[in-house]
Amino acid sequence: MADILFDLWWLTPLLTGVLLATITGPLGSFVVWRRMAFFGDTLAHGALLGITFGVLTDINLTLALALSCVILALLLLPLQNRSQLSADTLLGIVSHSTLAIGLVALSLADGIRVDLMGYLFGDLLAVEINDLLWVAASVAVLFGLMISNWQGLLASTVSPELAEIDGYPVKRLNILLVLMLALVVALAMKIVGILLVSALLVIPAATARSFAQTPQQMVVIAAISGCASVLLGMWASFQWDTPAGPSVVVAAAGLFVLSLVSPKKVSV
Amino acid sequence: MLLQASGLTLQRSHKTVLDNISINLEAGRIITLIGPNGCGKSTLIRVLLGLEQPDSGTIQTQRRLRVGYMPQKLNLDARLPLTVNGFLKLAKGASKQQIDYWLERLNIQGLRSLSVHGLSGGEWQRVLLARALLLKPQLLVLDEPVQGVDVQGQMELYQLIPQLRDELGCAVLMVSHDLHLVMAATDEVICLNGHVCCSGHPDQVSVDPAYLSLFGAASDQQPTIAHYTHHHDHHHCLDGHSEPLTNSATHKEHHG
Repeated sequence: MADILFDLWWLTPLLTGVLLATITGPLGSFVVWRRMAFFGDTLAHGALLGITFGVLTDINLTLALALSCVILALLLLPLQNRSQLSADTLLGIVSHSTLAIGLVALSLADGIRVDLMGYLFGDLLAVEINDLLWVAASVAVLFGLMISNWQGLLASTVSPELAEIDGYPVKRLNILLVLMLALVVALAMKIVGILLVSALLVIPAATARSFAQTPQQMVVIAAISGCASVLLGMWASFQWDTPAGPSVVVAAAGLFVLSLVSPKKVSV
Repeated sequence: MLLQASGLTLQRSHKTVLDNISINLEAGRIITLIGPNGCGKSTLIRVLLGLEQPDSGTIQTQRRLRVGYMPQKLNLDARLPLTVNGFLKLAKGASKQQIDYWLERLNIQGLRSLSVHGLSGGEWQRVLLARALLLKPQLLVLDEPVQGVDVQGQMELYQLIPQLRDELGCAVLMVSHDLHLVMAATDEVICLNGHVCCSGHPDQVSVDPAYLSLFGAASDQQPTIAHYTHHHDHHHCLDGHSEPLTNSATHKEHHG
């Protein structure tokens, strides 16, 4: 019995990754539709500053991570649409300077050892049952929020003005979406790391675009494609002893390339 | 009175976009805003719809006013797969029956299950119009409704608008940059250039010196204008500049 449990240690990271992929795909679809990919990147990069802060003040790192993502998301809310060049530049500045400040501050912190590589590239195999439970609960909440607000979120993605005139609470929905994004970025960081988080959002959604005729289809296919990437990536990681997080992203990218070969092509 | 706005003023980076504009919208009347590019037509519409706040001025609307809005442009991201039916369903509270009815009324039943990304300019404009009409608006706001539509389609659309007004009994506020196209379809024209230059019945506005100077100076439209004013017995210069006219258009301000 103990042997079996020992042999199944990989089940926790696998389950965590798959669960997370079921929500990164659908949320990532909104990221793609609203051209927020850079926004997600900025959130992830800024989160390192949150981790640094957590290390320095000795509070729970996961909490620090989630908090910093949420705060940054709210601060950047006006910039979520990167159509303006100034917003684009500003996001770039915030994104890379927060990452750099985080790295510098971490190195200056005396006597504290942090698994920097783990944060930058993720450490899926180090995921514990505790993390799995957190991810499961969060994913359930995120799905609930997305399904109950689906029509409003979609309508304000298609046209914020028409949605506003129709009486959808467009501003509140924008905040909701950004907060959901912040939570997912904070969760996904454990798995693929700061530098690759937005890949898990964007790539499965882009893959799904080739096969979808409706937004609902795209969201479902994105979830499936995300899960497949996690499974493939982890299998490859075991097979060739490659780092799990990057392997998942490579698998996602591979699926995306395959999707381009499919008969229905759409520019991405 | 569905909507009553007075003294609307809006400044943007030291440029006065809207200058003390007042407008009343009544059920059953079609009002067309006209003016050169950048004269504030679309901005005025956005302010009236509550999408932008004016610096000063007041807007009073009837309680629970149902508004149908057809935007000038709606650029959908190609990465968002959407059918015409899916697009129309996003109108809050739209029922299948309403979608069926308006698709048929606008003669676009065939588009229902097509992707919005493959539609022609004219088809897409009709879908946007259907979206605006879906919830039986009391006020229908159309921002350049014939953009990207061929000439035949333009005439059809402008014939359709008075019919829709009669069917719904709604007020229509329309933006156009071309007076002669909308003349037959409108009850009142408001000529805008930051402020209200002149307003009144289309026949009157088309011979108003303020209108003529604005459009005469803005482009080489004199032959067109001459053509559309020739049936009036007023005497005026073809370039519309020098000779003041007396007519019944409400003439608020003169242009040099």
